Amino acid sequence: MWKFIVRRLSLAVVIIFFGAFIIYGVMRCMPTSFVESLARQRAAASATTGGPTYQEWLTQLNEAYHMNDDVVTGYLNWLGGVARGDFGNSWKYGIPVTEKFNQVIWYSVVLSIITLVLEVVICIPLGIQAARHQYSGFDYGITVFAMLCISLPTFFLATVLKYIFAVKLAWLDLYGIVGRYHEQLSQFGKILDMAQHMILPVLTLAMLSVGGLTRYTRTNMLEVMNADYIRTARAKGLSERVVINRHAFRNTLIPLVSYMSYLLPSLFSGAMITETLFQIPGIGYISYDAMVQGDLPFTMFYSVFLLVLTQLSLMLADIMYAVVDPRVRVN
Amino acid sequence: MSENNRFANNSEQLSLDDGRRVKVLSPGMMVFKRFIRNKLAIAGIIILVFMFVFSFFGGLLSPYRQDQVFYKVDSANKEYASAVVNTEYRFLTKDGSALSTLVRANFSRVVKDVGDESLAFTADGTEWTITRLGDSFYAIGSAQELATVALLGKAADVKPNAGVELSDDVKNAAIEAVKANQLTFDVEGQGYVLTRGKAKSYTLSTVGEIAIASLLAYDAHSADDAATIGSYAFRRNGELALKSGETQFEADGETFTMEVEDAQNALIYRAGESDTPVATVSNVIVNPVNNGVFLPTDYKSAVAEAIAEKQTAFEYLNADGESEKHTIVMRGNNYIIYTEQQTTLIDMYALPSLAHPLGTDDHGMDVMTRLMYGGRISLMVGFVVMILENLLGIVVGGVSGYFGGWVDTLLMRFVDLFNSIPYYPIMIITGSIMDAFEINPYTRIFLLMAIMGVMGWTGVARVVRGQILSLREQDFMIATEATGIRVSRRIFRHLVPNVMPLLIVQATMGLGSIILTEATLSFLGLGIKYPLASWGSIINAASNIYVMTNFWFIWIPAGILIVLTVLGFNFVGDGLRDAFDPKMKR
Repeated sequence: MWKFIVRRLSLAVVIIFFGAFIIYGVMRCMPTSFVESLARQRAAASATTGGPTYQEWLTQLNEAYHMNDDVVTGYLNWLGGVARGDFGNSWKYGIPVTEKFNQVIWYSVVLSIITLVLEVVICIPLGIQAARHQYSGFDYGITVFAMLCISLPTFFLATVLKYIFAVKLAWLDLYGIVGRYHEQLSQFGKILDMAQHMILPVLTLAMLSVGGLTRYTRTNMLEVMNADYIRTARAKGLSERVVINRHAFRNTLIPLVSYMSYLLPSLFSGAMITETLFQIPGIGYISYDAMVQGDLPFTMFYSVFLLVLTQLSLMLADIMYAVVDPRVRVN
Repeated sequence: MSENNRFANNSEQLSLDDGRRVKVLSPGMMVFKRFIRNKLAIAGIIILVFMFVFSFFGGLLSPYRQDQVFYKVDSANKEYASAVVNTEYRFLTKDGSALSTLVRANFSRVVKDVGDESLAFTADGTEWTITRLGDSFYAIGSAQELATVALLGKAADVKPNAGVELSDDVKNAAIEAVKANQLTFDVEGQGYVLTRGKAKSYTLSTVGEIAIASLLAYDAHSADDAATIGSYAFRRNGELALKSGETQFEADGETFTMEVEDAQNALIYRAGESDTPVATVSNVIVNPVNNGVFLPTDYKSAVAEAIAEKQTAFEYLNADGESEKHTIVMRGNNYIIYTEQQTTLIDMYALPSLAHPLGTDDHGMDVMTRLMYGGRISLMVGFVVMILENLLGIVVGGVSGYFGGWVDTLLMRFVDLFNSIPYYPIMIITGSIMDAFEINPYTRIFLLMAIMGVMGWTGVARVVRGQILSLREQDFMIATEATGIRVSRRIFRHLVPNVMPLLIVQATMGLGSIILTEATLSFLGLGIKYPLASWGSIINAASNIYVMTNFWFIWIPAGILIVLTVLGFNFVGDGLRDAFDPKMKR
């Protein structure tokens, strides 16, 4: 087991190294880079006072931002910084990348956790009910609903929700994490205000993920319901409630928990499109802005963060697979 | 039960192994039968057929092109002309003469100070005379020195300047004038002026009228008459007649008649032609606001009349005989004349109508037609990316699974690498790169499909490898080895077809998610670009709050189409999975 984990870890390191290199290379291909637009701005600002021209600014800034190095050297320099725990300063936000990350990540985490809780509360009962009444109208309804949720484009769902709740009914704000009078509210009022602004993003994210988990629950529940020990339980004359709750559901929990643990790292990855559409200043929205503007340190940090999370998920999945089902031997 | 009944009713007894009794279906047929029994799958098929017909035939049937811009004619109260009551003198010089600005300025000053007297002033070192011809109507003459008249006791002597010859009449007249202490005199219609110089000598000058000054503006009725009204004689005689209350005058050998409204406004006709005027005379200057607009004289006189009567609106019969309502607004010293004008505008955000069932978008294009063409692109992108992903995945997965060992390890680590690269960051960065290079929208589609394919093949490779790992241990593979079939054939003819059912199911489900991804990218403005459309880029309009809140018909239908299409693919994929492998059916 330990041997497996060590091997898996070293593989993860190699993958992260090359993955980060690919992203770094692609970032450096951007012709209208951040540096160029900054040079253009500064040249325009200093044009009246006879300051440096665009070319002079560009040379200076390229020097300052180490854009003169070729891709490999630049990458190795960046990596050197990372090894010393220094991800550099974000170009767009002007503060250390890790500091900005600390400021914004908790919005995303809170958003994801609420979504996950809501998802579990909705999906598991629905999935179980659908499995109990297989091929009934209810089951078909659940299947169609789950499929519909899987088929919804994030941006469309978010826009429709905004249209209904923010524009037509005017119950909630169109976007943002705080309301206009946030600063004047009491401590508790501030929390309520933020919670209110989270309703639509949570609803969007929950609806998008409900489909998958419902179907997963239903499939696993059906598998358990066809097992011999359920037949035995019924033959013993146990009530249906006991059969479902004690015997069937508990066994369904095993794959569900392993599925959840697989989801754990993704709690931190942020929901880029939903956050951007609702302008929730979480990691997704902030890094989307950084990427579009060519903020190299921030994009690199976020990408590596995602790479690490993916690797973590995969490792967790492998390990949980073995933990949950002792028949599986990892070698 | 039903089986028993059927055979009970069947009069002919068949033996157990009778070929007619046991109905054998081919595996494909069985899959098909199971598939069509699935209601959801059939619903999915119907949705997809509708989408394909809508996208691929709809585009052919639609009367519009996808990038056809529609225009509408709208009337708006726009500035049409501006008018000003003239308070500045306008000068017309005789041919060959010129009037410097200094002289003009001096003239205006002198006239303002003194009013209606004829007098003289000096400017530019020359003596100028002003002759009053009528109310606010003056002739400007310049004095030209001809001779010096010296008074010697009772006798006078005229000494012409160099190069000037004077007739005896003029000389005598000058001497007489000096004696009579007259400073101006006429000889044969030519005016002369005497200016007192130093010590009993006078300077004799001719008075040559070189310009007229007037407050009135002349407008030719047609361009042909521009030369006529530019003539000095026309202006001078015309205005003289107007000021003296006559209605007829002659100029340049032609006779003109005048229709006088008041001392400032009149219409001038050629004698005998009373229907079309030659020119309008007015103290109101009317200019069109837009270049290239010709204001007819009757329009100008209507404006002048309205201003004179202090009206704020007037009716005008235009060339087509229609009555136009014009309103006058005073702005500073100017009058701005507004009128309802027909203008052609891009028909933006038109509401749904018969011509445009879903209205028009922000470019004035028919939303319905764009949905049809957008559907083509969305579906096409879906299929091409799916095929690309499967080709790459099958080759890599097949080779990896068949050979195993270090080939497998290497390829699978490669797959792991591709699998871990975060998808949206890469798509956003490449989208920005394509933006920066300003890649043409048509090329961009192909690049987008290629990038999406390259980013998405790893899933297929894993599935194929996993299946082949178990399949290659089976007996039929030993048989292929024994018969000496070459390796590429073993992989792609014997192993891959066994993975096909699974791949078809995955590809169908995958198509839906590819369409979703493309729509998301297009929505973010990183995918399909104007003038091409995809369903995602049509919904992009809703990122403008104004469009989102007011024009639901632009973005909601596109969203519904995306949802239905993806739903259709998911239903069909689900149905196929159940049909291929009934044991998996839950």
